[in-house]
Amino acid sequence: MAKINMLQAINDALSLVLETDDKAILFGEDVGHFGGVFRATSGLQEKYGKERCFNTPLTEQGIAGFANGLASNGMTAIAEIQFADYIFPAIDQIVNESAKFRYRSGNEFNVGGITYRTPYGGGIAGGHYHSQSPEAYFTQTAGLKVVVPRNAYQAKGLLLASIRDKNPVVFFEPKRLYRANIGEVPDGDYEIELGKAEVVREGKDITLLAWGAQMEIIEEAADMATKQGISCEVIDLRTLAPWDIETVAASVKKTGRLLINHEAPLTGGFAGEIAATIQEECFLYLESPISRVCGLDTPYPLIHEKEYMPDALKTFEAIKATVKF
Amino acid sequence: MSNATSHNETVHRVSFLDKDSVSVPILKILQADGTVYENAVLPTIGQELATKIHDTCVFTRVLDERMLGAQRQGRISFYMTCTGEEASIIGSVASLDSDDVILAQYREHAAIRYRGFSTEQFMNQLFSNEKDLGKGRQMPIHYGSAELNYQTISSPLATQIPQASGVGYSLKMQDKRNVAVCYFGEGAASEGDFHAGLNMAAVLKSPTIFFCRNNGYAISTPTSEQFMGNGIASRGPGYGIHTIRVDGNDMLAVLAATQQARAHAIHNKEPVLIEAMTYRLGAHSSSDDPSGYRSKEEEAKWQTHDPVKRFKLWMINKGWLTEKQDADLYEKYRKEVLAELKLAEKRPMSMLDTIVEDVYDAPTPRLQQQLKSLKKHLNKYPDSYPKSVGRG
Ligand SMILES: Cc1ncc(C[n+]2csc(CCOP(=O)(O)OP(=O)(O)O)c2C)c(N)n1
Repeated sequence: MAKINMLQAINDALSLVLETDDKAILFGEDVGHFGGVFRATSGLQEKYGKERCFNTPLTEQGIAGFANGLASNGMTAIAEIQFADYIFPAIDQIVNESAKFRYRSGNEFNVGGITYRTPYGGGIAGGHYHSQSPEAYFTQTAGLKVVVPRNAYQAKGLLLASIRDKNPVVFFEPKRLYRANIGEVPDGDYEIELGKAEVVREGKDITLLAWGAQMEIIEEAADMATKQGISCEVIDLRTLAPWDIETVAASVKKTGRLLINHEAPLTGGFAGEIAATIQEECFLYLESPISRVCGLDTPYPLIHEKEYMPDALKTFEAIKATVKF
Repeated sequence: MSNATSHNETVHRVSFLDKDSVSVPILKILQADGTVYENAVLPTIGQELATKIHDTCVFTRVLDERMLGAQRQGRISFYMTCTGEEASIIGSVASLDSDDVILAQYREHAAIRYRGFSTEQFMNQLFSNEKDLGKGRQMPIHYGSAELNYQTISSPLATQIPQASGVGYSLKMQDKRNVAVCYFGEGAASEGDFHAGLNMAAVLKSPTIFFCRNNGYAISTPTSEQFMGNGIASRGPGYGIHTIRVDGNDMLAVLAATQQARAHAIHNKEPVLIEAMTYRLGAHSSSDDPSGYRSKEEEAKWQTHDPVKRFKLWMINKGWLTEKQDADLYEKYRKEVLAELKLAEKRPMSMLDTIVEDVYDAPTPRLQQQLKSLKKHLNKYPDSYPKSVGRG
């Protein structure tokens, strides 16, 4: 097993798909010869040709509409949206079309073959137009799956599963980990099942839940809490839609406490949905209110990025408050 | 009424329009050696205007060179140059009235400079300090100033295009003899917003100048992978828009075209489309390396079309400038930029309270409460967060 970074793992997965699925097509802004602005698609045009891996004109609406067309007629469409902040011009095609193709036609047609890959999140001094975490806009849309990997190993396994899943998937890639996260990744083919959370660390006092780049943060907070004698169970949700209620509820029944961390603003964020569901599932087991450590209800500021971030220290404080409640 | 198309001939056998049938002439006035083409019709330009244009060219070159260097030294996080495109930007802004409203894409800082944005103001934005008009919220190069009628840059591409149609219409409704001016790249012209914006402006008769900088690339994507057909100008007549294509490296051609476009837009209360054919001499941004997608020879060829040099030679030919004056101006701006850079770098960043400001007209109770608990947290861990923040 080689040690590679997340971009290389994604490149590996894409290469594997192009090699084994002759219906697969990869496209987006600058993804061709140049290999994408983050280089996730490096070398793929050279290997698989311009007809299967290409630059599109600069139109996210066009990219998503094109993906819908391809997939509705039997192709495997893998579309890159250059930054998650720029997925909004495509939102009509994704929310009204990709998500509803099957439902509205009684499954006469479907676009299950689509995967939208897009880099999301802050921590790269990008200001409010290169840092957003827009997952909640998509988790509210029935018909879409939403997936977020936390490391190189997951990125490959979850991306392969997303591409082969029979539903349109929005795959958010944590860009601040693209090069920073290096880990062992198998050379060959493997999939990580969608819809399943992973218990990363067992504990008994509180359950900490996050996804993607924030996993690093809650693990760091868990280490800090351990030093204070608090035992944290750490869970990576991995798939947000549909999410693994069973694993999270089982954990909360054991620990009696839950903290959810996400980078997106608090209000209307996905943590709200999780908190409400877990409160229903685990009401009699809860020993304190469910805690949310999230971004502020503001756009992502450039200069106050550090203060804005739901970081490890804020999480640590919330863990202590929850345990002491 | 029938479909509102004019003078269509009738035919009785199938006859397609040839997809290559649209030919668009290109306006050129100034030659590479600084002389003008025979029979060329010059724009309205005297020594004072020429001097101001030249001054802006030199400032922009110096700023771009110096700040790209500052980015490489890690003093600012990001930078974008407009090197090679100065004639397109300065020639057009110099044809406008200061009350014409500019909606730019991001590579048009020469235009806000022309309007009077000071060196200090540039530095404050680039260093995101407390004096930045945008309060340090956006990445470097996202300038804006209400005083200068230059709307603040937004990173999502092409969103300014339909907005410009609305601004133009508002000027008409307010009985102003002004236009909205919208800059965008040929890449951005692929977005749906481009179609929406031009169609709205045409139908609603909005006095708006749509100015496309066709500089050959959208990041790594060459125009051959961006559009088929004859560039962006060929689409103008399709929308029912008065259109012209100019040599975007020719200051006099851009000036002439924009002067007349403005007069037309105001007189007829309708939009005009200008396509300036130019070349992005630099990288897309400080995060980009063009050697991965284009050749050194190609770049070298375009160096010979340098718009700043061409205009300088014209001024020297006119006796309005000497080589020495030109060199002195570069020297003056090099010193000025460096001095202001050093000052701006030391200014503190904006107060922490600004983190919840301008989200709404006033911070909501929820935001006030979030700020309060944030402050409590920062005061508990003062060493773990940036020191320079006024914690209030
Ligand atoms: C909606 C949207 N999609 C993608 C991007 C990322 N992006 C920034 S600049 C750029 C290329 C723009 O090219 P062009 O419009 O030709 O302008 P130029 O940079 O050549 O001046 C891209 C794809 C963005 N900012 N907004």
